[in-house]
Amino acid sequence: MTAPTSAPPAPSGPLLLDMQHIQKAFAGVTALDNASLGVAAGEVHALIGQNGAGKSTMIKVLTGAYRRDGGSITFAGQPVDFASPLAAQRGGIATIYQEVNLVPLRTVAENIFLGREPRKWGLIQWPAMNAEAARLLTELGIQLDVKEPLGSFSTAIQQMVALARAVSINARLVIMDEPTSSLNEREVETLFGVIRGLKARGVSVIFVSHRLDELYAVCDRITVMRDGRTVYAGDMQGISRLQLVEQMLGREIKNAGAQTGFVKHKGSAGAKPLLGVGGVVRGTRLQGASVEVGEGEVVGLAGLLGSGRSELARVIFGADQPDAGELRFGGQPVQFRSPSDAIKAGLGFCSEDRKAEGIVPELSVRENLTLALLPRLSRAGVVDNRQQAEIVERFVASLGIKTSNPDQPIRELSGGNQQKVLLARWLAMNPKLLILDEPTRGIDVGAKAEIQRLIGELAQEGLGVLMISSELEELIEGCQHVTVLHDGKTVANLAGDEISEAQLLHAMAQGLEPEDMPRPPTPPQVRA
Amino acid sequence: MSGEINTAARPARSGSGGQGLLADLKQVLPSILILLALLIFNAFFTPYFLSVQTLNVNLTQVATIIIVAMGMTLVIATGGVDLSVGSLMAISGVLAPLIFLNPAFASLQGLGIALAFVVPVLVAGAFGVLNGLFVTRLKLQPIVATLVLYIAGRGIAQVITNGQLQSFTTPAFTYIGLGRPFGVPFQVILMLIIVALTYWVVKRTVFGRYVLAVGGNETAAGLSGVPVSRVKLAVYAISGLLAGIAGLIVIAINSSSDANQVGQGMELDAIAAVAVGGTLLSGGRAQVLGTLFGALIIQLIRFTLLAKGVPDAAALVVKAAIIVIAVALQQRRRRE
Ligand SMILES: Nc1ncnc2c1ncn2[C@@H]1O[C@H](COP(=O)(O)OP(=O)(O)OP(=O)(O)O)[C@@H](O)[C@H]1O
Ligand SMILES: [Mg+2]
Repeated sequence: MTAPTSAPPAPSGPLLLDMQHIQKAFAGVTALDNASLGVAAGEVHALIGQNGAGKSTMIKVLTGAYRRDGGSITFAGQPVDFASPLAAQRGGIATIYQEVNLVPLRTVAENIFLGREPRKWGLIQWPAMNAEAARLLTELGIQLDVKEPLGSFSTAIQQMVALARAVSINARLVIMDEPTSSLNEREVETLFGVIRGLKARGVSVIFVSHRLDELYAVCDRITVMRDGRTVYAGDMQGISRLQLVEQMLGREIKNAGAQTGFVKHKGSAGAKPLLGVGGVVRGTRLQGASVEVGEGEVVGLAGLLGSGRSELARVIFGADQPDAGELRFGGQPVQFRSPSDAIKAGLGFCSEDRKAEGIVPELSVRENLTLALLPRLSRAGVVDNRQQAEIVERFVASLGIKTSNPDQPIRELSGGNQQKVLLARWLAMNPKLLILDEPTRGIDVGAKAEIQRLIGELAQEGLGVLMISSELEELIEGCQHVTVLHDGKTVANLAGDEISEAQLLHAMAQGLEPEDMPRPPTPPQVRA
Repeated sequence: MSGEINTAARPARSGSGGQGLLADLKQVLPSILILLALLIFNAFFTPYFLSVQTLNVNLTQVATIIIVAMGMTLVIATGGVDLSVGSLMAISGVLAPLIFLNPAFASLQGLGIALAFVVPVLVAGAFGVLNGLFVTRLKLQPIVATLVLYIAGRGIAQVITNGQLQSFTTPAFTYIGLGRPFGVPFQVILMLIIVALTYWVVKRTVFGRYVLAVGGNETAAGLSGVPVSRVKLAVYAISGLLAGIAGLIVIAINSSSDANQVGQGMELDAIAAVAVGGTLLSGGRAQVLGTLFGALIIQLIRFTLLAKGVPDAAALVVKAAIIVIAVALQQRRRRE
């Protein structure tokens, strides 16, 4: 490696933020070890590293969510030591945390203005607040009823709401910890527009992402972390994609061909039908959605925000009941009345919202990993500890889950490692059909290729996979078929060579005017 | 800017949910320390504290609280709470004498006694199921759902007996409150068995994991195939059953049953024991051993204050203060 590992080139402007020699340990386990991060005024700074490298911890140390064990932080020329994220916000740092930490039961508008509601004589100015919230979101190309509770919207919308909140705080530094993990290209473009706007105003941005292409698109400089240390800092254009990955992983890599780890097999033309879904209607969100998955097939489910992908997945899995439509599984018409019915039939569903619908935070990695498997791991209701430990050990090793021990509460794991545990929860079930909603969300490049390869292999052994992904490469390289939804309706079925970026984008955007983003302010409508 | 305001640097527990008994004891360390402090204090300042008799007095008094608090621990672990336990104790307590004093069983005393043990407990359990149905079917908040029987339950008990006090001397029945096999009060043995059983259920069974999963993240649990409603129904039923048993013990100790008195204030003692023991009231964790120590702490405080002649009203304030301190200590340990 020729890339410098110390004495990074000086940034162009004076430093707005300078973190030096940061130390942080949790219960004796070192998370940050002499880490540093310098961000110049008005620059967009990428912060990258493998899952568990310490990126989120670095951010939380800065904003006062965690207290550092050592090191110094200088912000805007002053040594600072924020006591809490609120103090950091008052000090001029707006943060979008990796796990959206807004209040699901409050309305979208309330969430955007939480803690700084426009008031008159002590009373919240509801109409003004709602109007301003709607305006902010319209600028981001989103139209929805800001009086609806935030929790009723998808993760992607919630990320955009968090973004609206962050930009509306007049901050000097905006931190985004994996803001794009559930956004598709279009929304990512909007986000980039926002970032460039911030930059033009002289605001600095720290941008954490596992999607490397995005970094080159918007970032000026980059800091790479590995195992709690800062291993590289320099200009974004001064390092190639390959070098960057090598810095992250700390070893040289050879194959740099495909973007993903999928090895697509041809998928025999007459795959035995496994799942058949026809004309599903539910409320306003699903208006005649259909999809077919054969044994051994990986089928993609594509669509824009609010196209009904996750809703369809929930209906198939029995988590929601459809108003109309038919479901066949393994040749039989079925209607799962609950997820446990679906699981018994051999389905698995890895939700996109790992905080709300995935992890049980207080329980250990071991219990989380085997939660769905427990009935099979027990005799007469008593858990077989040995068998459980074996399975956990196997998956921790095969997916490379970074945990101090299987007894560690899952909430202490980094975001990407939590995601791996949830994937393992379903892989361990050995299902016939696996529904994956953004399966590689927040997972680093190295592990992502591994997981994609694993999915491909399992499919070759007969597993049917229905994969929702907002990453086009994942769909293009991994799927034999792609079903495209728009406004809750199936609008296209692509197969083979038809699965290309152009075709997908075209199908996904059906019915939308080319110039409708950002849209002119119109009466809000729910589209989530 | 002061860096001490947040406790972020405090090392987080490692290895929580560990398999070993030792790991579990470590988790409830604050309550163990408080208990030890109280014991040492009394050993020095309370005359005759270190005697078998004092020990027995305290254990007999605390046994019912612990039994009820075991059910409460499970309910709270699912994110619920059961306010009806005291009233269910009263129902069970008035039913038992009605059965074994009933002339119908005059010639069949054995059967009468047997039924007097079984029926009231089952009835209390059935009311527990009703609590569970309120929570799962009607989707009532647990605090509201169980408030119904908290109020109505004692009324039912009074109606059953017309508000009359029932006294009795039936050794075969009062054995569960007054019996001393090997010199150990019978209810203490029963209590220890129930504690051990609850601990085992939480640690080793699928049901135990389900309880924690439901309390920790109900949505995630449901999507992983956990039968959320059945788990909730079960914990309220268990809480009812245990309250039923406690009701029988209380009337056996007193050799009389008073619908107004049996189980009075029990719900608060049980909840306090759970809280002092380090179980989160928001659900997702169950410190069975913590609850045991929590109840012992509360009992010992009551005993100490009594022994020191502190007036009742003042005693309540001290008791409250110590509960607050204990809970605060547990909370501090949790924050990272
Ligand atoms: N509260 C905590 N208690 C114990 N360990 C923690 C805690 N928070 C983070 N860690 C550990 O610190 C390390 C760094 O985690 P961090 O969340 O900063 O990773 P990250 O770089 O953001 O990863 P990802 O890409 O997966 O989000 C991990 O090994 C994690 O397990
Ligand atoms: Mg992170």
